[in-house]
Amino acid sequence: MSDTVHRLQLPLDKEVLKTLRAGDACLLTGPMYTLRDAGHIRLLAELKEQGSLPYGLSGQTIFYAGPTPPSANRPFGAIGPTTASRMDFAAPALYEAGIVATLGKGRRSEEVKRACVETGSVYFASVGGAAALLAKCIDTAELISYDELGTEALRKITVVDFPVFVGIDCQGNDVYDV
Amino acid sequence: MYFIDPKLLGDVVYQAIPTLACVLPDDVLTSLTQALQTETSSRGKLVLSQLLENAEIAAQDRVPLCQDTGTVWVSLEIGSDIAVTGEVFSQVNDAVAQAYEEAHLRKSVVRDALFDRTNTTNNTPAFCDIHPHDEPGVARCHIMLKGGGSDNASRVVMLTPGAGKQAIVDEVLACVRAKGPNACPPLIVGIGVGATFDKVAGLAKQALMRPLNEEAPDEQTAAFEAELKEAINALGVGPAGLGGNTTAFDVRVKTAPCHIAALPLAINMGCSAMRRVTVDLMPLIRAEADLGGAHV
Repeated sequence: MSDTVHRLQLPLDKEVLKTLRAGDACLLTGPMYTLRDAGHIRLLAELKEQGSLPYGLSGQTIFYAGPTPPSANRPFGAIGPTTASRMDFAAPALYEAGIVATLGKGRRSEEVKRACVETGSVYFASVGGAAALLAKCIDTAELISYDELGTEALRKITVVDFPVFVGIDCQGNDVYDV
Repeated sequence: MYFIDPKLLGDVVYQAIPTLACVLPDDVLTSLTQALQTETSSRGKLVLSQLLENAEIAAQDRVPLCQDTGTVWVSLEIGSDIAVTGEVFSQVNDAVAQAYEEAHLRKSVVRDALFDRTNTTNNTPAFCDIHPHDEPGVARCHIMLKGGGSDNASRVVMLTPGAGKQAIVDEVLACVRAKGPNACPPLIVGIGVGATFDKVAGLAKQALMRPLNEEAPDEQTAAFEAELKEAINALGVGPAGLGGNTTAFDVRVKTAPCHIAALPLAINMGCSAMRRVTVDLMPLIRAEADLGGAHV
């Protein structure tokens, strides 16, 4: 773990990802997409049917989150990471299809670690329960698909200096084992 | 004899929800502040300072502490001089629906766990239960907004009596090591021991209601809680599971009688945003009775 904070621009450059190590603190700025449980079942089905990622998701970051409605003049009153392991069933296929990073909380499976190594991708962890703080880092939010899923819909958000830690790096190191 | 008007209970729940969602209880805030002084990991300190800043923002801007504003648990304790009818919880779902909409909270309930996972869109139903007491003068309403991540990290295990206390310690440590990071540490670990398979989980949840600044009811419980807390914090899971010596703010144990063959154990994880309150209904019920309404 290095003491410096990496300031990273989204969408992420895979060459930059190679320099990150599990435990490093980072600040993310730019666009990413929120998606969680029910949305992953839908996205995986579309990926299988079309053979490629829909909605321009290739090269993008998926944030496992189900935000609260707008509040305090912000796109969401609160937004934070949900347990990432529930999306382990879909993550390897999504990394292979072009997702370069996922963001959630908690441990991932060995399959996810392997997918990070094989595709040069990463898993970021942010602090669960810091959702009012994280909501202040959200600049804009736009509904992309799966509106009927409510909080679980696919949304494109733009973030500014969003604080995360590297959970799993491109070499398969895991912050939860460090 | 006093009577609990369903409308009174609905009002209490309606009033409590927005504050619970947005304002960290004082005892938890105190523990969080203290943890920042005692945490040894620099990453752990960074996490704790984020959680403290989060609590400040949430209270100041009146926004939820966590995006998972939970399912609503309402548990009623009533004494020998309190009468309720079967419809005592009939206003609670209306209160939940109204509070969640008005306070811009997340609706996180689906119609049926297995057969219809469409969102009910108003965070109902609430999950309610009732506990009678033999002594008079008791009417308490416990309310908790329980997040999904911490509930998913919980478990029930039917141990054997011969395995004893050590088996409980081992199970708790294994659970915190494996699932703790998902439950948003620093945790409050609620532990139920005893009763039957269906009741032990309830004990663990009730255990979470005892505030962090309140002593255990007896010395044996206090000693076991202290032993478990020390062992849990020695695991190194740390704040947010990212390493450190603050894995649990505390442990809460509640025990009960059980079958000669049994040693039921339930572990109910409480997250760092432990949103719960106990409301004493007696003054409200008496005030209503004085107005001539509810004294039967």
